[in-house]
Amino acid sequence: MMHIFCPYCGELREEEEFHAKGQAHIERPIEPEACSDAEWGDYLFFRNNPRGIHHELWIHAVGCRKYFNITRHTVTYEILETYRMGEQPGITAETLAAEQLAQSAAASAASSTTQQTGDARP
Amino acid sequence: MQRYSGFGLVKHALSHHEHWQKVWRSPEPKKEYDVIIVGGGGHGLATAYYLAKEHGITNIAVIEKGWLGGGNTARNTTIVRSNYLWDESAALYEHSMKLWEGLSQDLNYNVMFSQRGVLNLGHTLQDMRDIQRRVNANRLQGIDGEVLDTQQVQDLVPAMDCSASTRYPVLGASWQPRGGVARHDAVAWGFARGADSLGVDLIQQTEVTGFRKQDGAIVGVETSRGFIGAKRVGVVTAGNSGVMAEKAGFRLPLESHPLQALVSEPLKPILDTVVMSNHVHGYVSQSDKGDLVIGAGIDGYVGYGQRGSYPTIEHTVQAIIELFPIFSRVRMNRQWGGIVDTCPDACPIISKTPVKGLFFNCGWGTGGFKATPGSGNIFAWTLAKGRAHPLAEPFAYDRFNSGKLIDEHGAAGVAH
Ligand SMILES: Cc1cc2nc3c(=O)[nH]c(=O)nc-3n(C[C@H](O)[C@H](O)[C@H](O)COP(=O)(O)OP(=O)(O)OC[C@H]3O[C@@H](n4cnc5c(N)ncnc54)[C@H](O)[C@@H]3O)c2cc1C
Ligand SMILES: [Zn+2]
Repeated sequence: MMHIFCPYCGELREEEEFHAKGQAHIERPIEPEACSDAEWGDYLFFRNNPRGIHHELWIHAVGCRKYFNITRHTVTYEILETYRMGEQPGITAETLAAEQLAQSAAASAASSTTQQTGDARP
Repeated sequence: MQRYSGFGLVKHALSHHEHWQKVWRSPEPKKEYDVIIVGGGGHGLATAYYLAKEHGITNIAVIEKGWLGGGNTARNTTIVRSNYLWDESAALYEHSMKLWEGLSQDLNYNVMFSQRGVLNLGHTLQDMRDIQRRVNANRLQGIDGEVLDTQQVQDLVPAMDCSASTRYPVLGASWQPRGGVARHDAVAWGFARGADSLGVDLIQQTEVTGFRKQDGAIVGVETSRGFIGAKRVGVVTAGNSGVMAEKAGFRLPLESHPLQALVSEPLKPILDTVVMSNHVHGYVSQSDKGDLVIGAGIDGYVGYGQRGSYPTIEHTVQAIIELFPIFSRVRMNRQWGGIVDTCPDACPIISKTPVKGLFFNCGWGTGGFKATPGSGNIFAWTLAKGRAHPLAEPFAYDRFNSGKLIDEHGAAGVAH
């Protein structure tokens, strides 16, 4: 059972109170008539389907009935953040990758300073 | 290949069953194949089998990241039927149904296909109108189907509560007598054995990690055991297909969701058909071993966790108990999840792709087990000829840009 923090109610609630509504941040083309078939089809039917970080729209269906966004890992189901409509995610696959890179760089820097000897390259 | 028979059983009994031939080899991958099938589930194995059997192409490898038939093939609730609404999909599933009817003989392997009939219940007037429409469509398509009233349903399934006092009374059902169930593992193993005996290399514990292209055409696949060349590649990876398409450089309109099922402790025979209900959202049959096999809906979110959520399972069990109060004290034995590749119109994608020589067969979502022989059969044709089999043509992936969808949400409803 996931526990989801509704950014409007300001509380953790059980998964059952919510409905998942698919990928977040999809914008309807401003001029649908100007779209090619490919663009319109992409807008209607093509969604991100990653193994990993996913930004998705949820509704607090039996709570405040408001829509909001979740950044969630699709394998572990860990919820990394929830944020209101109109806001942008603070955590993305890119920021996480950068963080990891920084961490491993720091770790190898630390190990190379303690290991003075040998020709170990970072 | 050593053929199985009653005589063989007696013969091997005399040597205490210690000398049975291995069911398939475990070959080392060659440098290059004419065709590589990615994904050793039922669909992938069936594709390899029919390629070798009907198209004479035997320099084939099936590459499976885990073990054969360990994906959705092993996890599904095995309902087989062909009573879909639209001509395109009905033709596809009926093609499969016809192959099911001769499959055990063809493979010399008992897939335990049991045509015990499938009921799709109606609980509202609109349900009944939809059922009438679908059964009429099926009859025009040459597919068996009947509309049953409450009493006829009750006669078929005495254990079900068909009284008027339930929250969602059973008003009737569609009935496809040729529908039924089969033994999922046997289907994978039967196709695997058949393919292996025709020379197909079944390569397990090897993951395809990428596709190698040259001038927009496929030349092989990168795997966890190195590069393997291929003139054509067919990808049949169910819930992982969206990820695979991305690796190949294009997008598919798929979303992967967890779908779960559960089985009870074994019981004496009580249910000799398959009962499905879109409206209360649950379905149940009884396996030959005696366990009740119960299916649920998908979890609403994208997920690759191969487990299902508690709210979904609770909802399903509620529906089953409402239909069968007599099951309320049955103990459940096991519960599991698979990852299904759902498509916006609840129909599969059997198609060439923007990469020359690379074909995808996916999007079967919650209901592809029933299609296993048919899907493999027409995908083999497609791979052999390099263009879509006539039955596969309507299921091209560009239908999501042309708008020519085949909306099977009604008939696929509760899935399966
Ligand atoms: C709980 C549940 C109940 C269901 N009930 C029914 C039902 O009653 N009736 C029905 O008709 N259908 C049902 N289905 C749907 C059905 O199971 C599937 O549509 C069907 O089995 C798909 O077959 P497949 O061979 O394509 O997939 P799978 O059996 O999943 O095979 C795909 C294979 O590809 C492999 N793979 C993935 N990525 C890679 C890679 N990169 N490299 C190598 N190998 C890879 C996987 O390991 C897997 O073995 C159900 C599904 C579930 C989960
Ligand atoms: Zn709320």
